[in-house]
Amino acid sequence: MDKQKVTNVLIVGVGGQGTLLTSRILADVAVQMGFDVKVSEIHGMAQRGGSVVSEVRYGEKVYSPIIKKGDADILLAFEKIEAARWLDYLKPDGRVIINNERIDPLPVMSGKVKYPDDIVERIKALAPNTLVVDATKTAIACGNVKAANVVLLGVLTAAIHLPVNEVEQAIKHTVPAKALEVNLKAFQAGLELYSSVV
Amino acid sequence: MKRLMIGNEAIARGAFEAGATVATAYPGTPSTEIVASFAEFPGVYAEWAPNEKVAMEVGAGASIGGARTLVAMKHVGVNVAADPLYTFSYTGVNGGLVLISADDPGMHSSQNEQDNRGYGIFAKLPVIEPSDSQEALDYCRLAFDVSEQFDTPVMFRITTRLAHSQTLVETGQLERRELPLYKKNAPKYVMLPGFAKSRHIEVEKSILQLKEYAEQTPLNRIEWGDRELGIITSGICYQYVKEVIPDVSILKLGLVNPLPEQLIRSFAAGVKRLVVVEELEPVIENFVKTLGIRVEGKELFTLLGEYSPELIEEKLLGVDNSDPFGLSTQVPGRPPVMCAGCPHRGVFYTLKKMKLAVMGDIGCYTLGAIAPLEGLDSCICMGASIGTALGMEKARGADFADKVVAVIGDSTFVHSGITALIDVVYNQGTSTVLILDNDTTAMTGHQDHPATGLTIRREPTARLDLEALVKAIGIQHVKVVDPLNLEQLQGTLQTELERREPSVIICKRPCVLIPHEPSTQKYYIDQEICNGCSVCIRLGCTGLVYLDSPVKAERKAVINDNSCANCGLCAQVCKFDAIKAVEG
Repeated sequence: MDKQKVTNVLIVGVGGQGTLLTSRILADVAVQMGFDVKVSEIHGMAQRGGSVVSEVRYGEKVYSPIIKKGDADILLAFEKIEAARWLDYLKPDGRVIINNERIDPLPVMSGKVKYPDDIVERIKALAPNTLVVDATKTAIACGNVKAANVVLLGVLTAAIHLPVNEVEQAIKHTVPAKALEVNLKAFQAGLELYSSVV
Repeated sequence: MKRLMIGNEAIARGAFEAGATVATAYPGTPSTEIVASFAEFPGVYAEWAPNEKVAMEVGAGASIGGARTLVAMKHVGVNVAADPLYTFSYTGVNGGLVLISADDPGMHSSQNEQDNRGYGIFAKLPVIEPSDSQEALDYCRLAFDVSEQFDTPVMFRITTRLAHSQTLVETGQLERRELPLYKKNAPKYVMLPGFAKSRHIEVEKSILQLKEYAEQTPLNRIEWGDRELGIITSGICYQYVKEVIPDVSILKLGLVNPLPEQLIRSFAAGVKRLVVVEELEPVIENFVKTLGIRVEGKELFTLLGEYSPELIEEKLLGVDNSDPFGLSTQVPGRPPVMCAGCPHRGVFYTLKKMKLAVMGDIGCYTLGAIAPLEGLDSCICMGASIGTALGMEKARGADFADKVVAVIGDSTFVHSGITALIDVVYNQGTSTVLILDNDTTAMTGHQDHPATGLTIRREPTARLDLEALVKAIGIQHVKVVDPLNLEQLQGTLQTELERREPSVIICKRPCVLIPHEPSTQKYYIDQEICNGCSVCIRLGCTGLVYLDSPVKAERKAVINDNSCANCGLCAQVCKFDAIKAVEG
């Protein structure tokens, strides 16, 4: 069954972190590699600082634009508790990549609930194939905190062996000219970040 | 070469290829990108209408005038447009007209999850439903032919998951089309009772013809597979079924009104067990049951929300998809939140502080309902705030009205708040109405509207002056305030609430996400003075972080420089002057 060849990448984060850019570039590269590709995005209300998810699926033939629970090969989380929120979408042998970033949701900010400080340890206990990276810090070092999404794209590129040149080309097509230098730097830093932590 | 497109972009492309030259819409998730994309094509007219009723009427006029016309709106927008729609169904078209209804099962960004296939049945319209972006393009193109062939507007029904999923699309050639001659035809287009009676006969005739068309259209197809189970489905659910049970027999419906009786009978006869998979209402299922065919549907599948591949797997294959980790329910929720620097935040903080009943409306400011601001008493539909505030006053008296306000955004006020404000003046209400004027339609992604003075292509046009407008309606007391100036805001509110006359307060400041000269005045929290009282935290601002501690003296608030927009609200609410402007 060709379904087995489909790769499922679930990208989760907080509205405003730029998950859409990462998923769109990944999808563009998959198209160039000749795959059938589907992407599901969230627009509208949830984008305002809410929990957001984009789903990228590529392979011989893809039907559903959304990933079935328990079917994600990669869960790329831009924020720690978002990884936990979507962990049940992960395949038993799937991989989790977590940006070591804490963004307090409103119920935490207003003191109604506590941010679970041990969340990464709890995820690791359930999904041993978990990698934690400091993409936000890396982006700041590259010159712009907002480039954390492209740092994570670099990590993802290395993790799933995407063709580096194609991803770089896609960044050049997608990112506005004035932000290009920082983003290319962030992408390189992401590639290096992966090899430094694996 | 094929390229990725969201469903909405593909619909716009399909309309363009079909030779549509007029497109009109009021923005609304998940429909907004349709006419926004169409506006990027050369040689076509596209507009943001003030509301969906006007969009439908502009569409009707363009169609009568001979143009192929695209009208787009979210599901609840069709309620607003229903009046012209029901009768335009009688007049029929000259140039083909396709109305996109973007439904929102799961309510990602809506106040209800009504199933607009019902409109097809009641307004007697053909309803077409695609299941990916390629079909969105191809079917939209075809929909214009159907509209002209059967002399009827066509409803093109999509759902959020189709609207905002990208799938590969092969584009086609642009159809060259001459504008047909315009000839006056009163019996067709003037719906006096006498004429309308004749037109109703034509509508019923065309529905019968459409039923025949439904039997042989390429929009409907059978994919034979394993005959043990047969699924009738449409739209995005088709993809979920194929994902989970690729070899099942499927009757895939692209035309979901009217439904193909013979095709359904022959499909049902060819399978052992028949199941309908459709989100929301049992529209197809009920039709199949009226044919006397044994079918399962809503006894398996829910009436609520969006479906998913795992739901199909669970209900049809008995797979247990419960969360093996149990972690997803143990983490704090993350509801959407007003942006740091949002001009609405201070308004809701003040309304809560003044303990007012707040009749709300649809927009980013609906987020004012969420803790810690918890600043809304009601929110029903676009434009409802002002009428509901007047109704509260009429139910409970003018004394109560001193504690009631309506809050409505600039785009929403233009959409459908104006007539309610006329009602307030006409029927001697004393309501205080706050127009939260952020100079855009923010929630849907910053579309322009009549009061921004820019067209859909951001070209300058006449700017609707809201202050002059409300004065012309008969509001004597109109105040314009800066919603980031809390003292001015509260003072104005106090004065206007006490007044036994209607008043309007325009809270004017552009959305923080609109490109503008950002404020460079940074703030910091003096950790020596901050006593952790958390008053600033009650603003619900993502620019602030509360450092909690079991030791009272160690509890502090700090500013998160990565998200702070330098609006200065927190400095205004701090009772101990711990939040200070950075000097120099």
